[in-house]
Amino acid sequence: MNVPEDLKYTREHEWARVKGNRVTVGITDFAQDQLGDVVFVELPAVGDEVKKGEAFGVVESTKAVSDLFAPVGGKVVEVNDPLTDAPETINEDPYEEGWLIVVEASDPKELSDLLGAAAYRKFVEEEQE
Amino acid sequence: MPQRTPLYDTHVRSGARMVEFAGWDMPVQYSGLLDEHEAVRTRAGLFDVSHMGEVVFRGPKALESLNRLLTNDLTQIAEGQAQYGCLCRESGGIVDDVVVYRRAADELLVCVNAGNRQKDFEWLRDHAGSAQVTNESEDWGQIALQGPRAAAILQPLTKVDLATLKSFRFADGQVAGLPCTVARTGYTGEDGFELFCRPDAAARLWEALMEAGVPGGLVPAGLGARDTLRLEMAYRLYGSDMDDTTTPLEAGLAWVVKLDKGDFVGRDALVRQKETGVPRKLVGFVLTDPGIARHGYDVLRDGRKVGVVTSGTKSPSLKTSIGLAYVPPALAAEGSTFAVDIRGRSAEAQVVKTPFYTRKRP
Repeated sequence: MNVPEDLKYTREHEWARVKGNRVTVGITDFAQDQLGDVVFVELPAVGDEVKKGEAFGVVESTKAVSDLFAPVGGKVVEVNDPLTDAPETINEDPYEEGWLIVVEASDPKELSDLLGAAAYRKFVEEEQE
Repeated sequence: MPQRTPLYDTHVRSGARMVEFAGWDMPVQYSGLLDEHEAVRTRAGLFDVSHMGEVVFRGPKALESLNRLLTNDLTQIAEGQAQYGCLCRESGGIVDDVVVYRRAADELLVCVNAGNRQKDFEWLRDHAGSAQVTNESEDWGQIALQGPRAAAILQPLTKVDLATLKSFRFADGQVAGLPCTVARTGYTGEDGFELFCRPDAAARLWEALMEAGVPGGLVPAGLGARDTLRLEMAYRLYGSDMDDTTTPLEAGLAWVVKLDKGDFVGRDALVRQKETGVPRKLVGFVLTDPGIARHGYDVLRDGRKVGVVTSGTKSPSLKTSIGLAYVPPALAAEGSTFAVDIRGRSAEAQVVKTPFYTRKRP
């Protein structure tokens, strides 16, 4: 299970890459592996507002539907549109090419309760038991 | 605690992802659903289907008794042939959909769905008259070898002549030295075989098939691929597309209902339904809007619920979003349109001819 050290994680298996108040969001390697082959993604549009902890989109594998939860609230400033035609990118490269959206965080303090890499790894291991 | 097939250890050792299905701990995928799906469509895949049940009718009245419980007509097939059909209640509701293997007039094997093993056995036993009915589900392992290369992989391992073993025919013999019934049946829409063996031989049979097949592109496949493969063929799945409350006429299975063969359980109800017309029909549809329809989603017309989706997926072969749904007969014609409520969003769907996928013949 690949869990990059420089990212923050939610308990719903999203990752967040924080640069100033710009937060790139995706799903973790563990999440994509659990889902299986991703065949459909539903993402918000640039300009939409997302709220921390609330669903902002959906990923579907051939068998399962999974909501995407925002690790931080704010305005969506970028969307990974190529995923619409190539959702399998999420399986192939969840932390780079498979990113989902970039949010301009309205309150960066909201990021403080996200998990670090070690804590996320431990969380997944405990959830697996 | 879910039950385990004789191949459980083989799956776990090979790194399969296991899930619970119909009370069984089964491999949902090995390398990945899309890979496995594609392998079956272009090369070959190997499935553990040991969770399926086997109920055997024996005795001088075996054929007659079973034919009174089946919507299809077993007098139309000979020894060594198999036939698909439904078991119905008096109401016409489907107890199960099954494949019957006619070994002899006095010995017929009914292959039933995993989740219905006990229900079917009890139903068959209680309605069998003087035939002797045995639940042999624990006595059989079952492996499905499916795909265009299935025959080329299997032939070197058996003396059963596969060239003359046509679709829905079966023969007893040996595969890799292990006693098997070799049936040219399956649930994928591809050419292929279902091998019935002793449970303690299943792991050796699996290994022998893998060893023979892997050089030709054979891969082990799980229930995930089995489901997308069957849905591309619009093969019904019991428990999703039909159950005790739906009739074969509603489920689009009129072709296995032989109302003129003489009496059978459920016949009166089906005759009445045929006269008055079905209240709903199972149809195949494609979504013309983005999204994937799932089991249980509402079918809408003018914003009102008029039906329900029973199966849906993104078709790995066709890349379109396909599904099956019960709709009013007025919406069942090819080209009819309706909406599917995808978690609050309305997506347009169009009724299409099934199967969705047509096998590529060499």
